[in-house]
Amino acid sequence: MIRVALWLLGALLLAGIVHLATVLVLPRMAGQDAYARVSAIAPVNAVVPVPTPTPEKAIMPFMDPAFEVSICRYDLSRGPLKFSVPIGQAYTSVSFYTRSDVAYYAINDRAAGRRVIELDLMTAAQRADLPENEEITAADRLIVTSPTITGLIVIRALAPEPGFVAAARGVLAAAQCRSQ
Amino acid sequence: MMLALVIAAAIGLSGTWLALTQGTAYGGVTIGAWTGWPKNGTPGIDPYARAIVARTGELPIGSGDGVAFYARTDDAGQPLDGRCDVLLSGVTPQARFWTLTLYDPEGRLVANSAQRQGFTSQEIIRNADGSFDVNVGPRARPGNWLPTGGVEKYLLVLRLYDTPVGMATRTGREAPMPAITKRACS
Repeated sequence: MIRVALWLLGALLLAGIVHLATVLVLPRMAGQDAYARVSAIAPVNAVVPVPTPTPEKAIMPFMDPAFEVSICRYDLSRGPLKFSVPIGQAYTSVSFYTRSDVAYYAINDRAAGRRVIELDLMTAAQRADLPENEEITAADRLIVTSPTITGLIVIRALAPEPGFVAAARGVLAAAQCRSQ
Repeated sequence: MMLALVIAAAIGLSGTWLALTQGTAYGGVTIGAWTGWPKNGTPGIDPYARAIVARTGELPIGSGDGVAFYARTDDAGQPLDGRCDVLLSGVTPQARFWTLTLYDPEGRLVANSAQRQGFTSQEIIRNADGSFDVNVGPRARPGNWLPTGGVEKYLLVLRLYDTPVGMATRTGREAPMPAITKRACS
């Protein structure tokens, strides 16, 4: 009797370990996460428009249909990246995601405080390698540090009414992300 | 021995499955029928939410961008049914822009004859006091009509952009959310 109880207790403990292990491992194993979905349409280090979601087709679930979206799938292994997007009349934002879809930084047009959102994206190691004198001029240039070598920059421009869709697309068309 | 291993695997895996499909991530801010997870837009996102995001394939909204609140039920706790008339009324928390969108439980937009999937704060018709009413239901209504396409289950997502609402928000007094009331069902 006690033997059976011990086996059951052991089974429950093991169940807990299996549960935690699968929860922790799943994000690394997922084949259909946002990064994988975007990779199907986006070449590396280039800004590509994401089709507006419709009831029939959407590249990701829970996309906000009021926004026009472009994505830059970045790879910093060859060096830092320069990113810029002009600010439109309506709300514009730029969000950064790691390779495993964790949002680590986001900035909107008002927080940028200029007519252009302009920044340098690099890894922590690349930032440490910046020459000293560049570090001084870095005061007026926004540097974003990516926790992973690859990831996603998502540029979103709001079209508050259907008539503003063309303007939002125009903003996104002027976005640039390129290797330095 | 074998039995114990089988039980362990079964309970462990079904626990994971339940946690990921039932949306039981921790750290949510619940106001009325609405729940948001502002932490999911930061590197501090918890492991359950990360696993959910990896499974569904969505990108959580970054915390410097905005915050999303989800409603799967009305204020009385009844699941939102697309065959019923539901009234959404009230005001939203402070934000530069907001959008209200209707999705099916898998996060797809719902097809309907009016080709309307939601409202933005700029499109919505407001009452004299700045509040608004949205009729969510299968049949056309005057004013703000958000069609459900008659689907059995749906959820509403209210996204606030450039907003002070975030991880520090706790109560409905700081962040008043619209009430969701079920009317007649067909």
